Amino acid sequence: MTARRNWQDLPDSEGRFGPYGGRFVAETLMPLVLDLERAYRAAQADPGFAATMADFWTHYVGRPSPLYFAERLSAHFGGAKIYFKRDELNHTGAHKINNCLGQILLAQRMGKTRIIAETGAGQHGVATATICARLGLPCVVFMGATDIERQKPNVFRMKLLGAEVRPVTSGAATLKDAMNEALRDWVTNVADTFYCIGTAAGPHPYPEMVRDFQSIIGREARAQILEREGRLPDALVACIGGGSNAIGLFHPFIADEEVRLIGVEAAGRGIDERFEHSAAINGGRPGVLHGNRTYLMQNEDGQILEGHSISAGLDYPGVGPEHSYLHDIGRAQYLSATDKEALAAFQLCARLEGILPALEPSHALARVGDVAKEIGRDGLIVMNLCGRGDKDVFTVADALGVGL
Amino acid sequence: MSARIAQRFASLARANRAALITYIMASDPDHETCFEILHALPAAGADIIELGFPFSDPMADGPSIQKAALRALKAGGSLRQTLELARRFRESNADTPLILMGYANPIESMGYEAFAQATHASGADGAIVVDLPPEEDTPLRSAFAPHGLSIIRLATPTTDDKRLTNVLDGASGFLYYVSVAGVTGANVATAQAIESAVSRLKRVTALPIAVGFGVREPQAAAAIAKHADAVVVGSAFVDEIAAVPDGPKADAVERVLRKVQLLSEAVRTARTKEGTRA
Repeated sequence: MTARRNWQDLPDSEGRFGPYGGRFVAETLMPLVLDLERAYRAAQADPGFAATMADFWTHYVGRPSPLYFAERLSAHFGGAKIYFKRDELNHTGAHKINNCLGQILLAQRMGKTRIIAETGAGQHGVATATICARLGLPCVVFMGATDIERQKPNVFRMKLLGAEVRPVTSGAATLKDAMNEALRDWVTNVADTFYCIGTAAGPHPYPEMVRDFQSIIGREARAQILEREGRLPDALVACIGGGSNAIGLFHPFIADEEVRLIGVEAAGRGIDERFEHSAAINGGRPGVLHGNRTYLMQNEDGQILEGHSISAGLDYPGVGPEHSYLHDIGRAQYLSATDKEALAAFQLCARLEGILPALEPSHALARVGDVAKEIGRDGLIVMNLCGRGDKDVFTVADALGVGL
Repeated sequence: MSARIAQRFASLARANRAALITYIMASDPDHETCFEILHALPAAGADIIELGFPFSDPMADGPSIQKAALRALKAGGSLRQTLELARRFRESNADTPLILMGYANPIESMGYEAFAQATHASGADGAIVVDLPPEEDTPLRSAFAPHGLSIIRLATPTTDDKRLTNVLDGASGFLYYVSVAGVTGANVATAQAIESAVSRLKRVTALPIAVGFGVREPQAAAAIAKHADAVVVGSAFVDEIAAVPDGPKADAVERVLRKVQLLSEAVRTARTKEGTRA
């Protein structure tokens, strides 16, 4: 890159990150997304909103999450020092709650009385149901029938938290279909309903808003690494499905152009013409879906393809629009890891650090060794350990051929 | 704006009746059966045709049209096949307006310029793109302009007066009023709500007003046809195709056309039955 960019201008007033983002929604929803943007601007300007968030972060979510030096893993790779930003220690076990808290507090401020959400693996559904229970709001979670079958413990967790889990049977009955169905519900219940989107995608202002709520990850990490090491890291590494944990870590470092930003997509069974992966940037091309223009997995006619990943949380055919832009301008680099590599990294982390990572950040773990070696012994890396792996033990056992 | 659309509405206004706009999905249940239906629609009473191009993720559609899209895709349907059906239709029909309807991504994938050229070459008159609100349709507008193709805009119960100005800026052909907040085929608004919405729109635009979403039965169509310039019916026809999943294709053709005749009759006589419109 040559000239320094004015990062404050992202997105622009039309919700664009370069050519990506925007508001590609049916006319019925346009007034709603415009209204949401106004409400979000008002909340941003209100110190009371930030104070309420901060109080929940400290006393309910358990923030700040630690920045942990993964000493044995660093020694194992023999390169840069690797720190984990431990968002898996949050209440509900992942970074998802950062965003749900922000959006649902905003919904309450807007006088909305019903929350809807989509979920794939169930983590966003659980986080949404959790905050709804805490704030006393009814919650409906749309989940593909295929995913409901694959993720029974999370379905039950949501029900225990008082949410209604509505099975989606259209399409392939997975995450993108759940999102379609949530949009159909929203377009039908325009007056009272708030749609809590689970990643930094969708029509403007969602990608910006979700990024801002997740940026607590990067703000804490920045302060923590400065305190621990007295300097900024050389690289940040995070896994990418829709990319909300990654953009949350990256964003507070985005103007520090000496810090490398590295996203790791899910390469599934390999990135090729079979499309048995979920690597929208590495294996897709730009298009329009779910309210934004971004990289998508699609055929030559623009039909969206079903992704595959061992990690249900990365199994989405698109990616947040800001990542598409950071990729195009070269500010961030997007690598990928296969199911097998993620599985091996999962086991390695368990044995060396005593931490069961979720299969999502196991993709980041699968590349962090390469990055550490490339940067070398004097280097510093912060990797987002964005979820814990308890939810994945059955999937891992199955993949390893172990009967439980 | 397309001359064919304007001429059709002008002649219907002289006859003091509303238009029946029929929606079917291209390549549903297969290319040839769809072509047979398409070819026979005007004789059965369709005044204007909306030809859907299939998309894997039809977010604004109810179950009927979702399933139609899946059938079409399974049968090899695509935006290119849709344009080919439009071209074949135009070979034998010079004056029934035909409008393409669908979602943005197949168009993005083809490219806006290429889509505009192909639309023009096929003899179609314009397009309705559900997820391209006015804020996002500039590339399509620029590409359509040199060919005189229409962009049909949507107004909904949530479109307030301020937004309506936006919606009308660049709209052509007719204005499609989505009568209820919801997906296609779900339920229909009350006659009273539709009448007041049509009057509100008539005050701010000279474009013909078409009303759709949830219209399935002759009675509902007739009630709308009293006030609006056009009634749009889609899910009801698509359901006739779904009703014969494994039956002879001729049955699907016959069922759709019979339903079109029924609705056309209701629309044609809506104003004469209880006196002419004031």
